[in-house]
Amino acid sequence: MSGTFSNSPSSLSRRGFLAATGAVSLGAALTACGGDSGSTSGSSSKPVGQADIDKAMKTPTQLTFWTWVPNIDKEVALFEKKYPAVKVKVVNAGQGTPQYTKLRTALKANSGAPDMVQIEFQAIPTFTITDSLLDLRPYGASALKSTFVDWTWGQVSGSKGEVWAIPQDTGPMGMLYRKDIFDRHGIQVPTTWDEFAAAARKLHKADPDVYLTNLAANQVAAWHGLLWQAGAKPYVTSGKSDITVSVDDAVSQKLGQYWGTLAKDGVIGVEPDFTDSWYAALNKGKYATWLTGAWGPAFLSGSAKATSGKWRAAPLPQWDAAKPSSGNWGGSTTAVIRSTKNPIQAAVFAQFLNSDPTSAKMFATEQFFFPATKTLLGEASFLGDAPAFYGGQKVNQVFADISAQVDPAFQWPPFLDRVATDWTETVGKSLADKTDTVRALGSWQSRITTFAKSQGFTVKGG
Amino acid sequence: MATTTTAARTKVPPRRRQVGTAGVLFIAPFMALFLLLFLAPLGYAAYLSLFQEKLIGGSTFVGLDNYTTALKDPQLLKGIGRVALFFVIQVPVMLLLALCFALALDSGLLRLARVIRLGIFVPYAVPSVIATLMWGYLYGPDFGPFAQISHDLHLPAPHFLSGSWMLGSLANIVTWEFVGYNMIILYAALRTIPGELYEAAAMDGAGAWRIAWSIKLPALRPALTLTLLFSVIGSFQLFNEPSLLMKVAPDVIDSSYTANLYAYSVAFISQQTNYAATVSFILGLVIVIVSYAFLLTANRRRTA
Repeated sequence: MSGTFSNSPSSLSRRGFLAATGAVSLGAALTACGGDSGSTSGSSSKPVGQADIDKAMKTPTQLTFWTWVPNIDKEVALFEKKYPAVKVKVVNAGQGTPQYTKLRTALKANSGAPDMVQIEFQAIPTFTITDSLLDLRPYGASALKSTFVDWTWGQVSGSKGEVWAIPQDTGPMGMLYRKDIFDRHGIQVPTTWDEFAAAARKLHKADPDVYLTNLAANQVAAWHGLLWQAGAKPYVTSGKSDITVSVDDAVSQKLGQYWGTLAKDGVIGVEPDFTDSWYAALNKGKYATWLTGAWGPAFLSGSAKATSGKWRAAPLPQWDAAKPSSGNWGGSTTAVIRSTKNPIQAAVFAQFLNSDPTSAKMFATEQFFFPATKTLLGEASFLGDAPAFYGGQKVNQVFADISAQVDPAFQWPPFLDRVATDWTETVGKSLADKTDTVRALGSWQSRITTFAKSQGFTVKGG
Repeated sequence: MATTTTAARTKVPPRRRQVGTAGVLFIAPFMALFLLLFLAPLGYAAYLSLFQEKLIGGSTFVGLDNYTTALKDPQLLKGIGRVALFFVIQVPVMLLLALCFALALDSGLLRLARVIRLGIFVPYAVPSVIATLMWGYLYGPDFGPFAQISHDLHLPAPHFLSGSWMLGSLANIVTWEFVGYNMIILYAALRTIPGELYEAAAMDGAGAWRIAWSIKLPALRPALTLTLLFSVIGSFQLFNEPSLLMKVAPDVIDSSYTANLYAYSVAFISQQTNYAATVSFILGLVIVIVSYAFLLTANRRRTA
């Protein structure tokens, strides 16, 4: 189940980051990072002819692919079978942030970078800002647009229509809940956030050891998913150096007020997720819901085995029940590094891996990834899956419906790691310490603004 | 006379030259590695610390700007202050414990001395990452054993991971990890004291306490200086433990909790490698100054 876990962006990356910190020697890393990349080489956006592609795919080539997806060799083998001349070396360079850190180091050193790389949706802008990714349009990527769920295509597209990566899996957000706990306390599945808040108070009052949910004070990805659902546009980039930051606008404040009050009143948990304590809490029924991405069901069934049969899935509660919407948490893509010496083969690989029907399906059946292709999301065998862990409920169907409600316009900032850390130290801290969350949003806003300005951005908004 | 002197003269230089080449050969591997792995990176980091790179606009030479910024950087100063406080409290406790264990083992009065010695040393063999994860679990406010016991006794669970306890909880982990290591150094130093000294002291009527105070402790001074020096460096570089506990207590440990953590987050979260180089240099400088001050006072005491 660790495979699906890799889809939870920040939690995962933080865990990986912590594991890696022990091994990283700062001095060595610093010196390795120092070089100026200045990689101006790259492709023009002129289409590459089919003849060139055919020729390249028959030329013996060795490609390197950095990915943390377990057993991805099976999908890679399909590619190698179709293109026997091209060999792909799969390297696990860490999950999430540790991998990105290594990649940045390699890019700056101008050596050691892979040809293709696993990259989460939210990390794409942090690599396009340094011109590190190859625009896949010349290699026929545009033709794949209709293959993938609309909002995922928005996530991988650049402002000028560039295609920076090919979607692999997604995490539209829903709510997993403990039917037994709900039944015991006579709680209806909340469909609006108002009902959710009322249920949180009712449940905790009835049983002080149980909380309706946990909003992890270190999980900026969940916060972004909730912002996304609420229709926020926290970061809007236009051109290369202009960014509008509005993590403190009316929508955000509504969210801050809502969650801040629930946390302050102590009717929801705020403990860090993906820790031993958190796993124990899920197994022992401390939390009655988990607001999570579509990778959550498979992940939970592996990590809370003790509670099998008690869980069900439902859409997120809504701000406006008439216009149901959701955000996304997690999911990743395959991108091609601009410095690759074999752009054609690498680009074909990225496209094949995620759009070839057999390969794409394998991700859903082998790694339990939540699909990014429209075909799979409509496939009866996928939608009909009724795991016993969820009492025979067709969980995939629930999340497939949610996937259609994700806003395609949400954007990520080009310095996400810093934004995430600043969230934990302002908004997350306010939740954990039960202080004013709305005010913390202001600190978050000003921290991001200060940092962005120091990095040469023109910052607008507030 | 003349022949002997010329003979001597002609003889000496070649021998010296031989020694010279052999010496150079012997130290060459060290010098090569020293240059390559120590001086070169250090020099490069110093060079980097004079630049400023932005996501938009690239790299520019800024001279000592980074240093003036760092010296006024509240996050860095707070981090250094915090590790200094940590050092002042944790190190004396740890060294005193190590000293007590070493003296007890050396007294020969303990049964199962070998088992005890190994037992105290074993935590050092546990990688600090694992040790911290283990303690992080033990400290857990809900399902950790301490919390469970308090729960069973209907007492409030101790807040090991709260803001006011955190530094102590960290100190406990570091002490647990390094007491055995320091004990071994002190114990080894005690074993080098010749037995005749004890016999002589016993003849003069000195008891066990007197022997410990007047013979063992003075003989331990160089070893104590060494352990203290290691502790200075270890404390000021505190990194693994807080960076791992950050995961379970993100509201207490922020990215600038210790100076070293700050350097790391500046480099890899903010991607300001140049400023990270500066921060690392300043931290290194602080360590050199503190270490030097300790050595100086230790030497002065010894000569006095």
